[in-house]
Amino acid sequence: MTGTTPPILHGPTSKEKKYDRQLRLWAASGQAALEESHILLINSGPGVVGVETLKNLVLPGIGNFTILDSTIVSEEDLGVNFFLEEEQLGGFRAEHTCNLLKELNPDVQGSYITEPIESFILKADALKPYTLILVTAPIAQELLSKLSANAETAAIPTFYIHCTGFYSHFSIHLPPAFPIVDTHPDPETTTDLRLLAPWPELSQYTAEKTKGLTEMNHHDHGHVPYLCLLLYYLEEWKKTHDGKVPQNYKEKTAFRQTVAQGARSDNAEGGEENYDEAVAAVLKSLNPAEVKSSVKEVFNAPECKLLTADSPDFWLIANAIWTFYVAHDALPLPGSVPDMKAQSADYVQLQNVYKSKARSDLAEVLQRVRELEKKLGRTKAAEEKEVELFCKNAAHIKLVRGRPFHVVQSGKGVKWEDRAKAAVQGLTNPDSLILIYIAFLAFDIFTSTHSADALGGAAKIPGEIDAEADTEKVTGIAFKIIDDLIKEAGTVVEDPDYSEAKSKAGEFVQEIVRAGGAELHNIAALTGGLVSQEVIKAITKQYVPVDNTCIFDGVRSKTSVLRF
Amino acid sequence: MAADPAHMNGADPQRLRWKYLDKILSRPGPFTDPDWEPGEAVIEGLSRAKIFGAGGLGCEILKNLALSGFKDIHVIDMDTIDVSNLNRQFLFRHADVGKYKADVAARFVEKRVKGVKITPYCGKIQDKDDDYYMQFAMVVCGLDSIEARRWINATLVGLFNEEDPDSLKPLIDGGTEGFKGQARVVFPTMTSCIECQLDMHAPRAAVPLCTLATIPRQPQHCIEWAHIIAWEEERKDITLDTDDPEHITWLFQKALKRAQEFNISGVTYSMTQGVVKNIIPAIASTNAIVAASCCNEAFKLATNSNPFLGIPETDNYMMYTGDESVYTYTFQHMKKPDCPVCGNLAKNLEVDSKSTLQEFIDSLAERPEAQLKKPTIRTEAKSLYYQSPPALEEQTRPNLSKTLSELVSDGEEVAIQDPAFQIAFKFKLVFKK
Ligand SMILES: [Zn+2]
Repeated sequence: MTGTTPPILHGPTSKEKKYDRQLRLWAASGQAALEESHILLINSGPGVVGVETLKNLVLPGIGNFTILDSTIVSEEDLGVNFFLEEEQLGGFRAEHTCNLLKELNPDVQGSYITEPIESFILKADALKPYTLILVTAPIAQELLSKLSANAETAAIPTFYIHCTGFYSHFSIHLPPAFPIVDTHPDPETTTDLRLLAPWPELSQYTAEKTKGLTEMNHHDHGHVPYLCLLLYYLEEWKKTHDGKVPQNYKEKTAFRQTVAQGARSDNAEGGEENYDEAVAAVLKSLNPAEVKSSVKEVFNAPECKLLTADSPDFWLIANAIWTFYVAHDALPLPGSVPDMKAQSADYVQLQNVYKSKARSDLAEVLQRVRELEKKLGRTKAAEEKEVELFCKNAAHIKLVRGRPFHVVQSGKGVKWEDRAKAAVQGLTNPDSLILIYIAFLAFDIFTSTHSADALGGAAKIPGEIDAEADTEKVTGIAFKIIDDLIKEAGTVVEDPDYSEAKSKAGEFVQEIVRAGGAELHNIAALTGGLVSQEVIKAITKQYVPVDNTCIFDGVRSKTSVLRF
Repeated sequence: MAADPAHMNGADPQRLRWKYLDKILSRPGPFTDPDWEPGEAVIEGLSRAKIFGAGGLGCEILKNLALSGFKDIHVIDMDTIDVSNLNRQFLFRHADVGKYKADVAARFVEKRVKGVKITPYCGKIQDKDDDYYMQFAMVVCGLDSIEARRWINATLVGLFNEEDPDSLKPLIDGGTEGFKGQARVVFPTMTSCIECQLDMHAPRAAVPLCTLATIPRQPQHCIEWAHIIAWEEERKDITLDTDDPEHITWLFQKALKRAQEFNISGVTYSMTQGVVKNIIPAIASTNAIVAASCCNEAFKLATNSNPFLGIPETDNYMMYTGDESVYTYTFQHMKKPDCPVCGNLAKNLEVDSKSTLQEFIDSLAERPEAQLKKPTIRTEAKSLYYQSPPALEEQTRPNLSKTLSELVSDGEEVAIQDPAFQIAFKFKLVFKK
């Protein structure tokens, strides 16, 4: 019998079809956030990295983008920028890159501004329409400084991107409190079974399923969920160990042996899968539940402790979960159970034991939230859906403390503040790419203090004409940054480390100046990939963003993320 | 001031367009070889190099190679454009759905980047022979399937002939899954190859048939049941087409019904599609990162403008993870002397002497170090099992129910062939103690 298949009732919409491969990552909620966003790109230089970033945002369907760029399309643009054509020579780069990007996705709105940044930034509310701002180097540092300050006031996340030759870096300035609930942790690390603190329903379920364990027939014995086996043997173990569960590695291995010995091998299969699963789970599931330091950081944040009538819902819920944690010495149960060998009905019943506990924990947290709302006299209640998501991910929430990126001020040097000590350590760490970052800072100082025509006009790009002479100058600037940093940290770096750090910095400067301000398409495309990924995280508030600077070395194919 | 060819080139209107690229190609850097001579010869060499690209990262790879100064690019892709490609494969528009990817992509990039020649072939990489691959300076692949990767890898290893240095074809391979990916460079026979690295990409364990048939617990189990068992039972005469919405709807509804019988929740249309088509999440940003990394290596390799991955005794593999901040791990994967493709020693395979040949064959599909789905197995002395031709299959079929200890001795070498690969894999069957 085949019959006819009824009409496609639950088939995907055309949007779901187009975005299928990404909806599997950030779901409809993330997609909705993308579609509501409006990204501003302030473009300059060869301008490839910014356009490549937008390409990766237009494709997944951001709502809106605007390109601010007063550059005229020239021959050299055509050899590096994919979103320009020969016929557009002499036209505005903002207009043509915008139009060719728009072709990628008819659902995305795009516009352009050809006004110079100098006058654009002076207008009140110039940044107001935007959700997020991308700024590419080179840009006059006093403009960057103004822009960064305005964006901070308006709480708009801002990215500063540098891409030259084989190197790139970008720094992200997020709001001072940027909490993420939906961090998408690795499923392997999220299983929370509470085997060391079973609640009555779980104990009862275990007692039922392990009743007469040794007398069971082979079929039943081989289908007792491993979780029940562990709880059963833990009870047995406690009887001979002063009521204590295995305390250390040695005891856990001994306990594992006990479990393994319970398996039958005289059955048809010559072994039991459920026992194999139990044995494999001993070491990782018998650890007391510990709350990650990143979660404690949220609980200890002043915003969590000192709620006001205007606190964002996140802090209200965080406070409720914190008091829940204090009362129960455990976070709300997430409620999911990994797949395991079991009869279908037993497994579903086990799932329900966990789900019910998760629901009752949620109910308690929700009640705490409502009480807080009442106490604070809030008019708008937090959505239950949000409280639920928070409870599910409580062990993995994350708070990013956004801070401004470095803007070099002429004559003032670079300030490292509380990051000075960590930065100095990076100088001698071969895995840290901080010296490339310092080379970029030196690049910025050079451009802000040298003009192309010596009349204070357009900035001079190091290496544009005379690579050797400029290398020497920029290297000198980089050395000064290093010395000032060591001084600010109040420490010394001994030789040979000191000389080695300087000689490496000199090489990185030389490689940057070699490019003479050129972007290589591959490095721009790769960096555009990284930046767009971080934009998506910042907009969807899913996954964990870079905090706050990422450096790419295209010579050795390595990245490094540093916090400044 | 030293003569700066980049500056001098400004006079040539043809090269004006490549001003940025020429800066790098006309100046030595701190990491370039002291003997490297930047300038005309390097630029010439780059435009003469014939390069081959393929795979799901094809759009990115073609764009990047064209804007890296390569002029003669060949591309193979057997797929036609699907609407679900449009969220990342930026050379395709809604009106192109159903057309061949290789054709549309080649025409688009030729139009956008003047002076580049792109030769498309709409078919399988396996359609082409050694002579075809011999013409390229290097191969850049972003293939979706592990089988195609292994095929091109084995082909390029097979091409290498010590007498002829031109027969060494570097393979640059990229792959992505969601926010993760990798880029690697192989110098066939000299450095670790795709086969040496096979166990780093273990296949997902299949759910046992008895779970599907009798004790489903997850919504995926119900979908697999509909896919593997119910379809066979009820629609045997119709070939399942996972792109046909009617077929997916049928499977979805079967799965849903079964899930309801077992009180299992969570079966959706999207999940049905995901399980049946083995859908891997894919986004524009990760594809951009991995493809650009591959093309950056190709560019450095073609021009020597900086050190590249894959130089023997140095890093050859970059692993990328982007879901939690940005993390890369760049390292040297060591060549394996017992690699079935580039090594000359047989690889040890631990087996249970009591398991049957059939069980052993089934396990080969899942073992990370083998991943062979239709193996034909023989020892030096006898044929253990042949998948084809039918006469030989029939003749060797009785061996399937025999135990390994009846068929081979402990430590005996067997050769395994699989229609997906053109080489024989050598394994030593070592009995589990
Ligand atoms: Zn190999």
